[in-house]
Amino acid sequence: MSPKTLYDKIWDAHVTHEADDGTCLLYIDRHLVHEVTSPQAFEGLRMAGRSVRAPDKTIAVPDHNVPTTLDRADATTMTEDSRIQVEALDKNAKEFGVHYYPVSDVRQGIVHIVGPEQGWTLPGMTVVCGDSHTATHGAFGSLAHGIGTSEVEHVLATQTLIQKKSKNMKVEITGKLRPGVTAKDITLSVIGVTGTAGGTGYVIEYCGEAIRDLSMEGRMTVCNMAIEGGARAGIIAPDETTFEYCMGRPHAPKGAQWEAALEWWKTLYSDDDAAWDKVITLKGEDIAPVVTWGTSPEDVLPITAKVPAATDFKGGKIEAAQRSLDYMGLTAGMALTDVEIDTVFIGSCTNGRIEDLRAAAAILKGKKIKDGMRAMIVPGSGLVRAQAEEEGLADIFKDAGFEWRLAGCSMCLAMNPDQLAPGERCAATSNRNFEGRQGRGGRTHLMSPAMAAAAAITGKLTDVRDLM
Amino acid sequence: MNKFTTLSGIAAPMPLINIDTDMIIPKQFLKTIKRSGLGVNLFDEMRYDDDRNEIPDFVLNKPQYRDAQIIVAGDNFGCGSSREHAPWAIADFGITCIIAPSYADIFYSNCFKNGILPIVLPQEQVDALMKDAEKGANARIEIDLENQSITSSDGDVFTFEVDSFKKHCLMNGLDDIGLTMEKAASIDTFEESASQSRPWV
Repeated sequence: MSPKTLYDKIWDAHVTHEADDGTCLLYIDRHLVHEVTSPQAFEGLRMAGRSVRAPDKTIAVPDHNVPTTLDRADATTMTEDSRIQVEALDKNAKEFGVHYYPVSDVRQGIVHIVGPEQGWTLPGMTVVCGDSHTATHGAFGSLAHGIGTSEVEHVLATQTLIQKKSKNMKVEITGKLRPGVTAKDITLSVIGVTGTAGGTGYVIEYCGEAIRDLSMEGRMTVCNMAIEGGARAGIIAPDETTFEYCMGRPHAPKGAQWEAALEWWKTLYSDDDAAWDKVITLKGEDIAPVVTWGTSPEDVLPITAKVPAATDFKGGKIEAAQRSLDYMGLTAGMALTDVEIDTVFIGSCTNGRIEDLRAAAAILKGKKIKDGMRAMIVPGSGLVRAQAEEEGLADIFKDAGFEWRLAGCSMCLAMNPDQLAPGERCAATSNRNFEGRQGRGGRTHLMSPAMAAAAAITGKLTDVRDLM
Repeated sequence: MNKFTTLSGIAAPMPLINIDTDMIIPKQFLKTIKRSGLGVNLFDEMRYDDDRNEIPDFVLNKPQYRDAQIIVAGDNFGCGSSREHAPWAIADFGITCIIAPSYADIFYSNCFKNGILPIVLPQEQVDALMKDAEKGANARIEIDLENQSITSSDGDVFTFEVDSFKKHCLMNGLDDIGLTMEKAASIDTFEESASQSRPWV
């Protein structure tokens, strides 16, 4: 047998039909659904008189629109259009009989946090969702990617997706990370190297010692932003860390089925002599705590750097960089550590898991946020919130002056009441710094939870290593 | 889905690279449960000021581009989220063809589901068509999907590549789900075999 990559192996295990031109029907093991990209798909089914082919493999949870304030049970905290969208999901989940975690359920949260937490996401699976950050689930050694609403409808109706195979890219992070450097710094640094289009047409497999050393939470952070690098999906081969995370989760296999699953999962790695279309290698020790300065996730620099000038770039990036600098209100040559922050947002499908909250708490313990700072921590799920309370993290956050919120997408994309005002500058642990992403005119700097916590204390972009 | 065969239309030049889905259709317009009506909010934050007045400098607000049916764009058009609201807004505005050096993966795929043809050309050919588009309303660009060709207003002809299956569906306005339903037997067979080999799924 010819050597295969991990992606090749999962792909081959899910092809249900291949046409002469290479167009495949790929079987989908898990379909995650949220309220924003699904109403038109369910409506399409209804109009055509179709049902959901595999409701037992379909999991729905509202997250984008949901308010995260403690009073959200009061329906008036949501705008009418948000409420209609969430109610549509309530109705569709019930009518089509899919698994559902409503707002009132303690397990509700961001779909990409709930899926793994409940054991829906497992190694070797194909996972899709009408959301680009579906790449998160690749951390389990599953092939996971975002789809549009027409494809959501297609998967609901047929449990398959029409696909052509992507190319294989290997991103290796060798050696150890230095203190203060996290999974977020890895994934941002990779995008800094590849650019936001560098992964287009590829599935990225992340490997190397620094990736192996990451927890599942860290691996999810890395894969989550594969999409910001333009890749169809990011993937990490499953290992003991993966199996340990999965074992005992509500929807993970048990007993003999667990053993059978494990046997297969252990074959899910790229063969030594597998062929790669592109390889990128970074040394773990060369990665610094980073922040973004512009309005594209590729605008990444170490926190010790200075704001660049548009003329530092080439081609179309010159105009784009100048536009970014103007939008962000930054001057070339100023130290990033002199950039003052109004708001700190810790949360999102990128960094809303328990380990992210622990990392923030380690910096915030016994400290206070700067006077006048608006700071919020939004756990990724109700269960993350409960665990953080049990571990005493919530008290650390509240004592420091952070708002301690309920689970949801929150300020990552401002489809709910959590938004930036024009000109407001935010240190955010989310995934996109696009113009207007966190609210019209809002300015976003992406970074790790530890770096965001450090910024909350000093009121500026800060090198977290100075506070450790 | 609307068919796409040929198009002769005005092209709006948008040379900016990395035009993302938040620019194409900002998040506040994703709260709809319909597919239609988003054209008025296409490029909303670039197109209108805080008081909802049109920003005259924005390309689609200029008199010569108000009826544009084509966008000539910079690299990595449509990067960002999976929101199909982006192609819905583009199509609802009346644009059915985009020409750029590259696209984000999900956006590219979403276009074909909505009767929009996203054409990939090398940067220097995009640059030539960008210059053509900058001439305004008198410079109509012609697209012929069957022959995979673009003719500029000066008569220069460029050819482009497109996946044969996607081309077939676009030219005939075919519904993917209907096509897949015809292969239901192969899905049944796969499910049966997977239930033996991977029963935990």
